[in-house]
Amino acid sequence: MELISIEGTPKTPTITMNAETGVVEIKGRSIPENSIEFYKPIVDWLEEYSNSPAPKTIVNVQLEYFNTSSSKCILDVFKKLEVLKKNNNDVVINWYYEEDDEDMLEAGEDYESIIKVPFKMIQIVD
Amino acid sequence: MSFFLDQCYEQMNQGEVVVAYKGTIGADIIANTLSLVELKLEKAEIQNAIKKKLYNVLVESLQNLYHHVDTPLSENEDKDDCKSNFGIFILSKLNDGYRISTGNFIHHNKIPIIKEKIDKINSLSSEELKDFYKFVLNNQKFSEKGGGGLGLIDMARKTGNKLEYRFFEYNKDFDFFNLIVFINTPEII
Repeated sequence: MELISIEGTPKTPTITMNAETGVVEIKGRSIPENSIEFYKPIVDWLEEYSNSPAPKTIVNVQLEYFNTSSSKCILDVFKKLEVLKKNNNDVVINWYYEEDDEDMLEAGEDYESIIKVPFKMIQIVD
Repeated sequence: MSFFLDQCYEQMNQGEVVVAYKGTIGADIIANTLSLVELKLEKAEIQNAIKKKLYNVLVESLQNLYHHVDTPLSENEDKDDCKSNFGIFILSKLNDGYRISTGNFIHHNKIPIIKEKIDKINSLSSEELKDFYKFVLNNQKFSEKGGGGLGLIDMARKTGNKLEYRFFEYNKDFDFFNLIVFINTPEII
């Protein structure tokens, strides 16, 4: 499967998706006006990936900021992972947040309560 | 700018202005405004977490404008007001926090929906807001303008403050909608 590597911009995050290692990374800022357009290839990739996933899928989400428009798309990404998990695959979401960023921790907890995939909340210490 | 908009601007303004903008609200303007504010915030002596909160609420306010501006269609009114996607945005500093005031034209018949939505948000406790946010996140589809219906809820939730709003009547069909959000800045201990 195609390796996805999208470089970050001031409004969109850096994305890497590797079907061989099963590691997916979303890092940076996600504040585009039109987030559906940005996230579509990511959701599509996961759809295809779920046909023959790696033994373990690790998703690292390390966002500095994200807007509410992205929050819906991130949920769509997580819903794909939920299907993967439901089909007896090993999936974990590592949700990174900065030490004092309670809003980001809470956002992770919101997803954790909606999506049936194990979450790991990881504090970034400077 | 027209006398009407000058008056709106005057009434929206309060405190010490950090950034103010009147004009077409487009993706570039939003990007430029955000990087300008970020630069200014770097020097401000406030906690990092509060800066992030402020930045987040700013993004939502500006994108709310971007997604929801209506353009008054009238041949007789001032042409400046009829420019598409016109909006006003003012970030100002108060003694105990920041104030974000945004304004845009809306069709008169949208007033009840906006009022109802904000009044509902303002009536909820922080725990209820969290549940409401999660409900909308999980159940509501994107609108045709690309808004997720979460912006206002998110602003109220992140700031912990009530949302203030006013409508200035423009003509029989259109009003200028002003939304005000406060972000408290606790003193650094």
